Amino acid sequence: MARRVGLEVSIACSEAVTLANVDVIAAYPITPQTHIVEHLSEQVAEGHLDAEYIKVESEHSALSCCVGASAAGARTFTATASQGLILMSEIMYIASGLRLPVVMALATRTLSSPLTIWGDQSDVMSQRDCGWITIFCENGQDVFDQSIIAFRIAEDRRVLFPTMICMDGFHLSHVIEPVELLSQEEVDSFLPPYKPEYRLDPHRPLTMGAFTMPDYFMEIKKQQDEALKSTLPVIKEIWNEWGNRFGRYYQPVSCYKAEGAETLILIAGGFSGTAQIAVDRMREQGKNVGLLRLKLWRPFPHQEIRDAVKGAKLVVVVDRALSVGGQGGPIAAELRSSLYHLKKRPAVVSFVAGLSGRDIHIDQFVEMVERAEGHLSAGKIPDYEMFGVRE
Amino acid sequence: MIEVRIHGRGGQGAVASAEMMAVSAISEGRYAQAFPSFGPERRGAPVVAYLRISDEPILRREPILNPDLVVVLDPTVLRAADVGSGLKERGGIALNTCRKPEELIEQYGLPHCRMATVDANHIAQTIIGRAITNTAMLGSLLKLEPLVRLESLFEQIKERFPAVAEKNIAALQAAYDETSIHDFSKAIKGGK
Repeated sequence: MARRVGLEVSIACSEAVTLANVDVIAAYPITPQTHIVEHLSEQVAEGHLDAEYIKVESEHSALSCCVGASAAGARTFTATASQGLILMSEIMYIASGLRLPVVMALATRTLSSPLTIWGDQSDVMSQRDCGWITIFCENGQDVFDQSIIAFRIAEDRRVLFPTMICMDGFHLSHVIEPVELLSQEEVDSFLPPYKPEYRLDPHRPLTMGAFTMPDYFMEIKKQQDEALKSTLPVIKEIWNEWGNRFGRYYQPVSCYKAEGAETLILIAGGFSGTAQIAVDRMREQGKNVGLLRLKLWRPFPHQEIRDAVKGAKLVVVVDRALSVGGQGGPIAAELRSSLYHLKKRPAVVSFVAGLSGRDIHIDQFVEMVERAEGHLSAGKIPDYEMFGVRE
Repeated sequence: MIEVRIHGRGGQGAVASAEMMAVSAISEGRYAQAFPSFGPERRGAPVVAYLRISDEPILRREPILNPDLVVVLDPTVLRAADVGSGLKERGGIALNTCRKPEELIEQYGLPHCRMATVDANHIAQTIIGRAITNTAMLGSLLKLEPLVRLESLFEQIKERFPAVAEKNIAALQAAYDETSIHDFSKAIKGGK
């Protein structure tokens, strides 16, 4: 039976990974992710989890160990943040190219420089094109659930992609809140043991990660892209099964008071709860505003998002990352490109906010909506606006 | 929803006390959220921890700017931080002090609000043997506002600090008993 407890969201992640009965964990501690692997190392040391915990000298080695272990048929997990993720970057592409179902938890944090330890989503966005399934979480329960679901998604034979679940560093990872922990039996009934179709085995030799000549590379890359896109219905199916079993349903894009709304806020991650309160306040004042939460970043749910914004005049996108020298927020850029070919489409106003742990308060979401409406009625929409910045 | 801001110095257990309160409230079937002011932790530097308790799920993820209640673990923090900042009109402050609250209002410009005062340093020093005042000040906070049951908090202390649970529970109980409550907000209203 499920058990409702108060605990730190990082620990909820570790408890879920323990229940997922992973075989190999390789990780290097980095703020704000440290509590996740710290607790997992305790779980292994105290005999609550029968797994190999590989202590490594860097994140590059951590993910390399996961790739090797996963290729040998083990269920593998790692966690990192920020500089740790970009040190893994080289191996990120290897894991996805080899179609290895490694699962990673990311406590999202700003990339230096300037040197900083606080949170935003610039680390996730730096790995946008690495071919991992990428899921944003909103609260502790979501983190617990996705930390189990991620293995089921990654290991599904129709999927076989590494999967990353993202929780806002500090704003989510370091918060104590109620989480309903499932029992081992409940998790086992949802997540069967990993049975790889192919694995490295000295008795049945095979090649993984072969050298490719130019006359084949593009075909393989096309296959990889098609394969990642084809995981979308499977992810939805698995989320739906989770909902049917445990009562918590997840969608690639979820809507709050979005039906018939003229203006929509689009945001990913933990700050969406604060945005929801802002939407309620604006509704009370008679403003026709709704909220879209982007849960699935890769594969990007183009059709779902087109459907969700269909009736709106304006979408206010709040990104906690900046594409330096580009079009502002990465989510806004993705949305604009998704809508470009549609005859009827809403205006998109991109705000970059909440970088390096700067808070976004309820009234600031309201202010962003007002500013965006101002840009729209003035007929002058900027590429993006850095919200609340002192100039 | 009740919002509480806890002021202390690094190492005095401000974060732990917010966490214990949240877990206690959750164990009573309610919703709660506890988190530190994020950043590098430095022993002795002023720190802030936040606590929300509600009967509904808590959606917001922002620090508390307008608390209902404030807890001050260390009298010297009054010099370093504006502990009364943003306090709601009917708010309250639980203060660790051996002085009269009127003097502190005067000296530090604290808001005219409900105040709970107790000499938690003395209690902690006598019972625990060290001036670690977080458990004592939770007793004072609960006297000011019964946010959770004392027993729920005792359970948390036992779970979290099994070796020193008995002394901390005694300190909490002593501070609860010895806390005096003053209502300066009434005084203001009466004066108008």
